[in-house]
Amino acid sequence: MTPTDLNLKRLAPSADADRSARAASDRLAAAAVDRDLLDVAVARVASPIGELLVAVTPRGLAYVAFEDEDRDELLARLARELSPRILEHAAAADDVRRQLDEYFEGERTRFALRLDRRLIHGIARDVLTATAKVPFGRTTTYGELAGKIGHPKAARAVGNALGSNPIPIVVPCHRVLRAGGALGGYAGGVSRKERLLRLEGVLAG
Amino acid sequence: MSLARAGASRDRVPVPPFGAFLEANRAAVYRFLTVAVGPGDADDCFQETFLSALRAYPRLTDGAKLDRWILTIASRKAIDHHRAGGRRAVPVDEVPEPGDALASSAPPEPVDAQDPLWAAVRSLPPRQRVAVVHRHVLDRPYDEIAELMGSSEATARANVYQGTKRLRELMA
Repeated sequence: MTPTDLNLKRLAPSADADRSARAASDRLAAAAVDRDLLDVAVARVASPIGELLVAVTPRGLAYVAFEDEDRDELLARLARELSPRILEHAAAADDVRRQLDEYFEGERTRFALRLDRRLIHGIARDVLTATAKVPFGRTTTYGELAGKIGHPKAARAVGNALGSNPIPIVVPCHRVLRAGGALGGYAGGVSRKERLLRLEGVLAG
Repeated sequence: MSLARAGASRDRVPVPPFGAFLEANRAAVYRFLTVAVGPGDADDCFQETFLSALRAYPRLTDGAKLDRWILTIASRKAIDHHRAGGRRAVPVDEVPEPGDALASSAPPEPVDAQDPLWAAVRSLPPRQRVAVVHRHVLDRPYDEIAELMGSSEATARANVYQGTKRLRELMA
């Protein structure tokens, strides 16, 4: 059908198209932001506890993921619960990135970021609002937090709510420990919780 | 479009995050546009194509056959581009031949700008050019080309046939 001299594929070799398409995709996100067409921007943030993936919407920071979280699954969830208009866009997270950098360098003790709380449901709303008030370098317990939100017997429910925290580090669920001082659980793994508490001077060393 | 029809006979596929959709389709769209509008304008058309898709994206209810959907949009952009190109052509001393409007916006540094095949492709009428690219660059079947271009299958075959024939004459 197509003799060699009519081989149109040679006008657009796949490797070239791949490269150009990737570069064009990067510019697309910025154009989408200019036109208010991007509902969720995701970006990578390097950190001492592994690369983080953050999701930012026009309302604010909606999600902070640790690197072992399944990214396809996460993006599918964001598409379902927020909007499928999701693109990777590093610039959208510049403010988040800068504040996280400062936090990890020990130069920032509170975040000044707008939060998008649409991924926080039910009792977790109260739990995480109370958690956000625990200052840098201080800790509380599951039981205390339960008391604060008016359900003193719901320590277990509080633990579950903290485990579902979509905005860890910034909403400092790592500052909630078990009564008696045991670290308790952490969605990002207990070793990360330990790292953060050490950074904040709660744990020695 | 036939998306809705296809959706009725089976379970709906969830609409993927736009980033995943972009990643899965961008290379094919870029290849298509490179030959369909030329390397110099492929980038602009690429942006317009995916911005249109992004605009419509929240209204999608089925994630199946999105590769066809994006190529439909790209086909329209390519054809519109040729029409618009004709309208906003800058005045020149020599009147260009019909269908030669793109010769002025020559590709910056394509694979081989001197390849005579470029000039031959540029000389095709827009719908023939688009149909030929779907067929010979992306290897799409005729029924799909018809769907992508909103024409009958017979018209799609005729466009590919006429375009290929003309290319062969020009390259002979």
